[in-house]
Amino acid sequence: MLNVDSVAQAARNMRIDIIKAISAAGSGHPGGSLSAADVIATLYFYKMKVDPKNPQMEERDRFVLSKGHAAPALYAALAEKGFFEREEMYSLRKLGSIFQGHPDMKKVPGVEMSTGSLGQGFSASVGMALAGKLDHRKSKVYVLLGDGEIQEGIVWEAAMSAAHYKLDNLVAILDNNGLQIDGRNDDVMTVEPIYEKFESFGWDVMQVDGHDIEAIAEALDQADEAQERPTIIIAHTVKGKGVSFMEDEAGWHGKAPNQEETEKALAELGGER
Amino acid sequence: MAEKMATRQAYGEVLVELGAKRKDLVVMDADLSKSTMTANFGKTYPERFFNMGIAEQNMYGAAAGLAASGKVVVASTFAMFAAGRAFEIIRNSICYPKLNVKICATHAGITVGEDGASHQAVEDISLMRSIPGMTVLNPSDGTSARKAVEAAVEMDGPCYVRLGRAAVPVIYPEDMQYQIGKGILLRDGKDVTIVATGIMVNEALKAAEALKEKGVSARVIDIHTIKPIDREILIRAAKETGGIVTAEEHSVIGGLGSAVAEVLCQEAPVKMRMVGLKDTFGESGKPDQLMEKYEITWENIRQACLSLLSLLK
Repeated sequence: MLNVDSVAQAARNMRIDIIKAISAAGSGHPGGSLSAADVIATLYFYKMKVDPKNPQMEERDRFVLSKGHAAPALYAALAEKGFFEREEMYSLRKLGSIFQGHPDMKKVPGVEMSTGSLGQGFSASVGMALAGKLDHRKSKVYVLLGDGEIQEGIVWEAAMSAAHYKLDNLVAILDNNGLQIDGRNDDVMTVEPIYEKFESFGWDVMQVDGHDIEAIAEALDQADEAQERPTIIIAHTVKGKGVSFMEDEAGWHGKAPNQEETEKALAELGGER
Repeated sequence: MAEKMATRQAYGEVLVELGAKRKDLVVMDADLSKSTMTANFGKTYPERFFNMGIAEQNMYGAAAGLAASGKVVVASTFAMFAAGRAFEIIRNSICYPKLNVKICATHAGITVGEDGASHQAVEDISLMRSIPGMTVLNPSDGTSARKAVEAAVEMDGPCYVRLGRAAVPVIYPEDMQYQIGKGILLRDGKDVTIVATGIMVNEALKAAEALKEKGVSARVIDIHTIKPIDREILIRAAKETGGIVTAEEHSVIGGLGSAVAEVLCQEAPVKMRMVGLKDTFGESGKPDQLMEKYEITWENIRQACLSLLSLLK
């Protein structure tokens, strides 16, 4: 049963931790972490079967953060879920921390794949879905891609292979915030029409407001009905969502807020819990 | 004439045997399964064989995902497209998380022959051994290729196995002792040591035989494991024979010669000569013609030994 309020609360907590962790690190990627927060929250606090007490549970659903630079959003979700203490993730990006700038599956419990180099997590998710089929698992593999990320050629190799092998246990979500480091996708390298591209590659394609938890949950449920085709949910999002001065600004792709900006951001997000 | 067999042939055979023993073994290929010899595995175990099409980057990325789900994955294509094209995927998605993917790369070196330089990987050893945690194997004949593939599948973590296209003489008996990281002393000698890898081991043996006629006693060592390299056997050879000639079907930049020099210049500095490709691409031709033109035959090894010995006198 979907409890929108509790998922929304989790997403809010995640946004606070994203800002706190990146601010403490003095570097990181707030824009794409904030845009993905509602999608990741809906996955972890509504849809996915995972057990923080048994991270390697065989029948778990798997989540791959292919846009690895949104690591703070993943760490925040895992902390909220209870994989580790929340305070631990404030060591983000610091020497000796398990919370690397981009996720390391060998260090952080709950991280399924080491990612960061764009496009590769998508291929890995294809491999995980193939393994799921081989082992006759009922569980699913979820993978989150950035929209700039799909400029990588490997993404289309992976898309082709997922359709070829009829991976209906694979669900991709595209964090379609329209921006990348150097500016708007359309100015840097056109990625549209995304819907038609994936449709022509043999995928079931859905579109949702990526900040509407009910709509995200509904799309994820619909993906359960997939038959012999992989699913992609294009989630229309706002980069920097939740922090007014970061919203829809490419400049906040990979920059940490200073103390004043941090306080302002936390105040907007409802401050301390 | 000695029996001949391509190392890729031995690979294809042992893979099918391993498939029967290991139910967790999954094999992938990128539209070259008839050349890499994975096709027989595909026929025998179709449910555990994935042809990923002409898309090597995705193949190695998906191999990582399968390995992260508990499978032992053997993924094959030509050395050029594995070590070359998919380098960064191998580095970041396979080696960084230490996943159980075995990159069995065939058609390495210039003995690919007629296909020419675009298909002749002479940099793959250098690329693969530079990645932290990667094991790099380069068997010299059919027997040791079987052993290498078996050992690669048995070991935990990423491994690169370099295999060739051309049929080469069988050097080892079936009951040979093979251990990853342990060089093999094939012929004892006291004047000079030839350290060879891959198909150059056979050339080294021929060179040693020819040197005997000149009254030179040459030691021959097969370094089938480029990484982790057998430091002990190299240091002993340097101390006991005083000079080292390396021989590889690969660029002298970053390959076996470099790996041996990295050990010896720190532990037992001696004069060396390196037989290999000298900062050059290959070209189309027959394997033996190419080996002659690019100066990687037994005769080149013999000359390198004599030139080194004249220096040492």
